[in-house]
Amino acid sequence: MKTKAVISVTGKDNVGIIAKVSNVCSEYGANIIDVSQTVLKEYFAMIMLVEIDSLTLPFTEFVDRVAIIGKELGLEIHAMHEDIFDSMHKI
Amino acid sequence: MIDTKDILETINMIREENLDIRTVTVGISLFDCVSDDKNRLLNNIYEKITRTAEKLVPICNELEKTYGIPIINKRVSVTPLSLVGGKLDSEGYVQAAQMLDRAAETLGINFIGGFGALVHKGSTKCEDALIDAIPEALASTKMVCSSVNVATTKAGINMDAIAKMGSIIKKTAYLTRENNSIGCAKLVVFANVPEDNPFMAGAFHGVGEPDAIINVGVSGPGVVSSAIRRAGNCNLSELAEVIKKQSFKITRVGQLIAREASNRMNIPFGIVDLSLAPTPAIGDSVADILESMGLETCGTHGTTAALAMLNDAVKKGGVMASSHVGGLSGAFIPVSEDAGMIAAVEKGVLSIEKLEAMTAVCSVGLDMIAVPGDTSEAVICGIIADEISIGVANTKTTAVRIIPAYNKNVGDSIDFGGLLGTAPIMQLRKESPEIFINRGGRIPAPIHSLKN
Repeated sequence: MKTKAVISVTGKDNVGIIAKVSNVCSEYGANIIDVSQTVLKEYFAMIMLVEIDSLTLPFTEFVDRVAIIGKELGLEIHAMHEDIFDSMHKI
Repeated sequence: MIDTKDILETINMIREENLDIRTVTVGISLFDCVSDDKNRLLNNIYEKITRTAEKLVPICNELEKTYGIPIINKRVSVTPLSLVGGKLDSEGYVQAAQMLDRAAETLGINFIGGFGALVHKGSTKCEDALIDAIPEALASTKMVCSSVNVATTKAGINMDAIAKMGSIIKKTAYLTRENNSIGCAKLVVFANVPEDNPFMAGAFHGVGEPDAIINVGVSGPGVVSSAIRRAGNCNLSELAEVIKKQSFKITRVGQLIAREASNRMNIPFGIVDLSLAPTPAIGDSVADILESMGLETCGTHGTTAALAMLNDAVKKGGVMASSHVGGLSGAFIPVSEDAGMIAAVEKGVLSIEKLEAMTAVCSVGLDMIAVPGDTSEAVICGIIADEISIGVANTKTTAVRIIPAYNKNVGDSIDFGGLLGTAPIMQLRKESPEIFINRGGRIPAPIHSLKN
């Protein structure tokens, strides 16, 4: 089974968010397997599920790269290993 | 695919509701450090601690990043020093404490616990020497924590030890008077102390533990109080379910971090401590949970019942989430570390008597309570004896971490900063229990039939 991570983006809607996050993913070898988007009032939340087995850098560094994009766009963008969600919500 | 709603819930818990891992604590046995030569003993201790926990901080940093959850404290607990000190005199024990502090500094951890003694039935010369060294040890170190177990349900209460601790606490307050008597915030007196507790100041590595072990303490009062608010106007059976579900989720994260830390450090996993540990941050308060359950202010009538229900639900939810549960496991009520508790004391609603009653139904005891600096030793001993009796009679852990803040009085408050928070000086009774305390001896172990 492939190792996955969740990239979450929350904040005010903005042009080119998906493009920028996808760029980082392709640059470092994270394979996007699912994208979903929810709008909560004027805020929006995007969840991207990516495979991280073929990352070209350690996952902790990938987390930093993703966070930098968030800072540039003024959004909360975080990459988190999927195990934290699985352990919390699946028995 | 994980449900989007679940993902957002987890993220919200961490970012908005202060969910964190309170501590990853590595327990380390010091038995193989024993030597009759003081320098060799101290060097062995330093070497064992810094070697065993070498990777603790880098691995916790890695885990924080990987899972996106803060790990607030990284700590080490060791075998009670009095069990490995051999012929050390008090001065030697002070040097040992300083060596622990140096090891903690090298590792970059937040606290190191285990400068302590187990004297519930009586003390050896080693234990007396260590206890005598506590004030100087805490005054001359930054990260060392000390605990003394003075009673168990099976052994009864060692009142001689309690009498001694009254004077040790006063002396510690005096020696650290320049810093709001902070030494007392790192010193705790226990009944029925657990041997695998990851929380300070009471953490130590028990004699039945393996060479090294990883224990994890979770937190998350904010998560529970938000869920209670969202639940709205439901009855208490339904509310208990809400708390259990949140506790399960919080504990599962603790279990994940414990398992991963164990794998990456190659040290066996011990326990997850099912705790609701508050911080002074707004919204990270156990008092806030009790108030969200429907009390106008924490400390009013009904507080004990609400806390008993909360504590029980936290355990029921948490116990299924972890393969091994231990430590203190329950809601903590440290006054200075909980913004809601501080407010309740300042309002005059939360008294020391109510806190004492609350400790009968939740984790630990009279914790981080500041009292006037001129409180007599006998009164401090009386407070300890009362609290310890609750633990002994109810077969549970209780403890006292009290700060007779030098030169301070009711109306003042002391600020420790960081996780230790701010403590308003609490009102005490002035009438003396001195004759009772000075009788000394032991209070016999309680009978465990004819329960009433």
